[in-house]
Amino acid sequence: MKKSGIKWHVVVFLAPALLVYTAIMIFPLFNTLRLALYTETDQVRHFVGLDNFRTLFGNAHWSGQFWNALGNNMWFFFIHMIVQHPIGIALAAILSHPRLRFAALYRTAIFVPTILSFVIVGFAWKLILSPIWGITPDMLKAVGLGWLYAPYLGKEEYALTTLALISVWQFVGIPMMLIYAALLSIPEEVLEAGEVDGITGFSAFWKIKLPLILPSIGIISILTFVGNFNAFDLIYTTQGALAGPAYSTDILGTFMYRTFFGFQLQLGDPHMGSAIASGMFGIILIGVCIYLFGIQTRLRRYQF
Amino acid sequence: MNRKLLSLALLGSTILGGAAAAEVTLTIESWRNDDLILWQDKIIPAFEAANPDIKVKFTPSAPAEYNAVLNSKLDAGSAGDLITCRPFDASLALYDAGHLTDLSDLDGMSNFSGVAKSAWQTDDATASFCMPMASVIHGFIYNKDAFAELGLEVPETEAEFFAALETIKADGNYIPMAMGTNDQWEAATMGYNNIGPNYWKGEEGRLALIAGDQKLTDPQWVAPYETLAKWGEYLGDGYEAQTYPDSQNIFTLGRAAIYPAGSWEITGFNAQVDFAMGAFKPPVMNAGDTCYISDHTDIALGLNAASPNAEAAKTFLNWMGTSEFASIYANALPGFFSLSNHEVAMEDPLAQEFVSWRGECESTIRSTYQVLSRGTPNLENETWGASVAAIKGSKSAADLGMELQDGLASWYAPQK
Repeated sequence: MKKSGIKWHVVVFLAPALLVYTAIMIFPLFNTLRLALYTETDQVRHFVGLDNFRTLFGNAHWSGQFWNALGNNMWFFFIHMIVQHPIGIALAAILSHPRLRFAALYRTAIFVPTILSFVIVGFAWKLILSPIWGITPDMLKAVGLGWLYAPYLGKEEYALTTLALISVWQFVGIPMMLIYAALLSIPEEVLEAGEVDGITGFSAFWKIKLPLILPSIGIISILTFVGNFNAFDLIYTTQGALAGPAYSTDILGTFMYRTFFGFQLQLGDPHMGSAIASGMFGIILIGVCIYLFGIQTRLRRYQF
Repeated sequence: MNRKLLSLALLGSTILGGAAAAEVTLTIESWRNDDLILWQDKIIPAFEAANPDIKVKFTPSAPAEYNAVLNSKLDAGSAGDLITCRPFDASLALYDAGHLTDLSDLDGMSNFSGVAKSAWQTDDATASFCMPMASVIHGFIYNKDAFAELGLEVPETEAEFFAALETIKADGNYIPMAMGTNDQWEAATMGYNNIGPNYWKGEEGRLALIAGDQKLTDPQWVAPYETLAKWGEYLGDGYEAQTYPDSQNIFTLGRAAIYPAGSWEITGFNAQVDFAMGAFKPPVMNAGDTCYISDHTDIALGLNAASPNAEAAKTFLNWMGTSEFASIYANALPGFFSLSNHEVAMEDPLAQEFVSWRGECESTIRSTYQVLSRGTPNLENETWGASVAAIKGSKSAADLGMELQDGLASWYAPQK
């Protein structure tokens, strides 16, 4: 019997997913990149090559906003890395402790904010922190820390960090769950073998568990990176499209939105907006590549 | 069976429609969903009574979608005969694209002042393409009971204004002024563009800025920021994170004495407060100075260039220039004032107070709206940030003037 060269069933099974993915992901992505090379004058669109990028990086007004947004984005990501990861790991370590009671309750409670909408989280925290109706000033006063209170979301020096921490509060459940799963998958024998060698308690965590969950932490970091550099919703719901005060919470997402769709009297400019979106794509691509080729390949994996 | 009924009904309606075609039906596109009842119950019956052979239909769409919906309808040729116009560039773009008709020669236009028409004109003011409907006026709304309690008089001059704020602050029972900087636009709209016209002398300064004869670094454009810098200490604790709804609530709950306002607040405030309210205009420098108010053009009606019923539509537009329309509209929506030159009797005392300033003061519109917010950086958006920075004291007024001027000069030729 002659075998057909093409495995048709593979094509048939792949086709729907591939078509949908192409239509809603690949095509828009390349169309955005293409749009960035055009501009519109007097209602006629024409090709301008890299002019939009020249404006974006060469014109002091545009580049100032771009670097400001990128810097804020870096800080946003940095806060996630230094706050979300340690807390996530600590929570996972505590939850995986065999003698902890009500573990399922804690796990659920900590994970719930993750499934809430940004809008709810944004408005809830805005109210909690509000100087007028919020409970924060009174709570701090009750424990004698009233001097700590400031209208955080309205102060240039605190607003971005506050928002980053709100975002951490919302998403800490994800690293916790992933690391919790990784911790559960470490076989007892490995830990017992360590115990025989005298490695127990904290040193067991540092010397055995942590190296074994590093690949998970790597994945979480890259997910956080992509999520943070695409972030938009939280800033938009709490601070609006102008990302106040004084653009101190402006990240690439809000900058792109403002440019692409326009704001108040400013008419939208899809072409400059696409140029910024292409910039965001490039930054995320570079970040992911650094991780894939620079870090992931060096992580040691253990098979049990 | 059902289908048969339906087709009968459709057939019937076509015949009836055919019969009615002797009369003209005008369709109005609008974003003012809120005004549907007002149009159906008051405006349209009044017009149809005077013009029995013209029928009018008001078909609003959601405000956020209006511009996009209207554009696609105009391109497809399915838009209504009359088009509600947003002020300045959005409507100018429609006129430039040939969607709106030049209405300069319409009789009704003579009932409107130059300022009223400026929002719907070409840059050289040769063509007016929308019939002005309403404007909003800026000023300060105050809590009359609080003023009586503290023995305060309504301030006329800036010195009196700050003296009043100081008294309220010293007393401590009320927040002197309810405004926050979180949403930014209040600082510019109810702050800078509210008090500013007294400094730059209304239209005189605004037009000079557009012509390039004055700069944003000139004293009359910088001084309002210096005044705003003094506001900071009279706003409530934590005003940096106070939002627009927060400010409205603080005032209507009676916790604040003064509210920097736009007249559009009147309807909402009337429904919520349980104290007497009054209004005063932006204070002048010295007693007896000419006062200037921001009487900002907000809404107008234009004629679709593709309308088959242009004659009937023009009849309607002319009727909009009459005092009858002005009076119906202004009384149904206190706070949205007719832009026509007619004397309009309004029942709402607060609205009367606001509109009375038109007789005493010179009117102008917000300085950043015409022409100057066409480029990047956008002057209106920059003014929001600058006003906030002035109130917070994070930048000096002179620096703010320089920054705004640099931004404007980077794209606007007359300011280069």
